[in-house]
Amino acid sequence: MRAPIQRYRNILDFALSSLLRRKGRNLALICVYTLVIFVIASLIFFVQALKREARELLIQAPDMVVQRMVAGRHDPIPTIQAEAIRAIRGVEAVQPRLWGYYYDPVFGGNLTVMAASDQELAVDSVWVGRGVARSMRVNEGDLISLRGYGGQPILFAVQKILPEASELVSSDLVLMSEKDVRALFNFPEGLATDLAVTAGNPRELATIAAKIVELFPDTRPIMKTEILRTYEAIFDWRGGLMVVVLGSAILAFIIFAWDKATGLSAEERKEIGILKSIGWESSDVLLLKFWEGAVVSLTAFLSGVLLAYVHVFFFSASLFEHALKGWSVLFPRYRLVPALDAYQLTVLFFLTVLPYTAATLVPIWRAATVDPDAAMRS
Amino acid sequence: MIELVHVEKTYQADLATPFTAVDDVSLSIAAGKLTVLKGPSGSGKTTLLTLIGCMARPTSGRIHLHGLPEDTLPELKEGDALEITSLPERFLTAIRRRTFGFIFQQFNLIRGISVLENVMLPTYPTGEDHQRVEASAIQRLEALGLARHLRAPVDRLSGGEAQRVAIARALINDPLVIIADEPTAHLDSKLSEDFMELMGQFKSSGKTLLITSHDPIVYGSPLADRVVEMRDGRIVKGS
Ligand SMILES: Nc1ncnc2c1ncn2[C@@H]1O[C@H](COP(=O)(O)OP(=O)(O)OP(=O)(O)O)[C@@H](O)[C@H]1O
Ligand SMILES: [Mg+2]
Repeated sequence: MRAPIQRYRNILDFALSSLLRRKGRNLALICVYTLVIFVIASLIFFVQALKREARELLIQAPDMVVQRMVAGRHDPIPTIQAEAIRAIRGVEAVQPRLWGYYYDPVFGGNLTVMAASDQELAVDSVWVGRGVARSMRVNEGDLISLRGYGGQPILFAVQKILPEASELVSSDLVLMSEKDVRALFNFPEGLATDLAVTAGNPRELATIAAKIVELFPDTRPIMKTEILRTYEAIFDWRGGLMVVVLGSAILAFIIFAWDKATGLSAEERKEIGILKSIGWESSDVLLLKFWEGAVVSLTAFLSGVLLAYVHVFFFSASLFEHALKGWSVLFPRYRLVPALDAYQLTVLFFLTVLPYTAATLVPIWRAATVDPDAAMRS
Repeated sequence: MIELVHVEKTYQADLATPFTAVDDVSLSIAAGKLTVLKGPSGSGKTTLLTLIGCMARPTSGRIHLHGLPEDTLPELKEGDALEITSLPERFLTAIRRRTFGFIFQQFNLIRGISVLENVMLPTYPTGEDHQRVEASAIQRLEALGLARHLRAPVDRLSGGEAQRVAIARALINDPLVIIADEPTAHLDSKLSEDFMELMGQFKSSGKTLLITSHDPIVYGSPLADRVVEMRDGRIVKGS
């Protein structure tokens, strides 16, 4: 006798027109709700994206980097030390690395200039990261001009723009031949920025590090695992902060939702009575209110998540810049590569949409189960 | 059609101040006739209507409904009498929807939505075809002279118009019985007479009518087949 689909549709239709009927109240509700979702989702996206970037960064990092310290500061290291280190048992390869920072006064940003380890790159030509290409407005085949150590301009041909696996890793990168790096920075022959050490067996790294320090007391070996730990610590600290912010946002939201949802106005109560008196069952009324709550929370959830996505990945989380200044020191201004975490979004969904919908249903349940004769007297 | 046997309704029976609003009422209401319940305020007329209309259960006594169509409830056979006081809530709703059309004293329209939607509202949970229901609602509203107000929100209607919307809503499920509680309380005498004329039309189309009123236009009307008078929850005349 009943056509279930049509029943759902009819009641959904009525739920929508009911929402429109209380436009002001529901709009305010959706706005606050969207805002909460927006903040939480932004945080989630942001942390997620940063974690991803850091992971990329570390995948490419060598097992161990050896730096020379002079007066507690990082100083160029003689490349001959590489030979001595290579002789240590367990060391597989030692690669002197030549890199530095170049401040670009025109664009007001730092570039990382690095010597390409393989010899593919011809003199006077460079590979640049996407961020560099963007800020200098160059394409493959164009020329860029960098100021040499003495102030003289040096021209380079852009041979290639690095693929965007992760912007953070390669965005500010300028790769050139070793000869060009030395010329640009006036970096003396026989010195390198640091040494990248690869061990045959990563478990021997600690022993190797100890031997290196014994051999050259003025060096500092930095292990990938240590960097990893540092990053992890930073993220965990930040992550911990996130948890607090997230937790309080969700708590505030639940209080807000509870307040909004459980307060059944006299008008609504009367309407439920009327609906029951004209032949609606309690389950029909519940379905109606469920639709109303679901429409409100889904709308807010989707728009909040969407806004957060745009905010984080198109505007680089610009609203958080102040709160999370630390990041912008670590990672200068980049566009984050979109990273979506379905799991976290699901959790967010269940932490917001479900409690809200449930909170709406509680008072209705009570009202919907009263005798409909209340409608006869009011 | 409707048969009440020793029906009693006591409010707050479990409290220190029980109040018996309907006291030992036995009454039988004939199908296809117009029955008027009259009596002073507080005599229990509305309460009796809620009992008959399956909106509340009596404290004791039995209410039998005769001549319900077979599809009102599963396992109901033609000609069976249905004893409604012991039925579960779910069935009461189904009976209420199929059997009774209510016109409330305060009209009880839902504010903020259109006249048309108000009239269609009782059919939503039945899952009937939207278009068909809409067509029949429009037809009923046009017959009641509300063609101009189909899409208007009900809040803007005059008292008489609002009542006619309530009447259209009561009719949308094509009930056997029309129950009206003090239908003329908010109307002037011209509108009251119009109302009675409308009831006359429903009567001649075969509906059973049950109206409470202390308005002489209603109980004094030649259309009224029977006037039952109540006082202090009891029937004093006309049973
Ligand atoms: N829920 C309730 N709890 C307690 N008493 C109630 C309740 N509902 C109604 N009553 C009482 O029952 C009595 C009968 O009420 P009812 O509404 O049936 O009277 P009525 O004949 O319809 O009056 P009126 O002509 O004023 O509408 C009244 O005295 C009323 O106060
Ligand atoms: Mg009354």
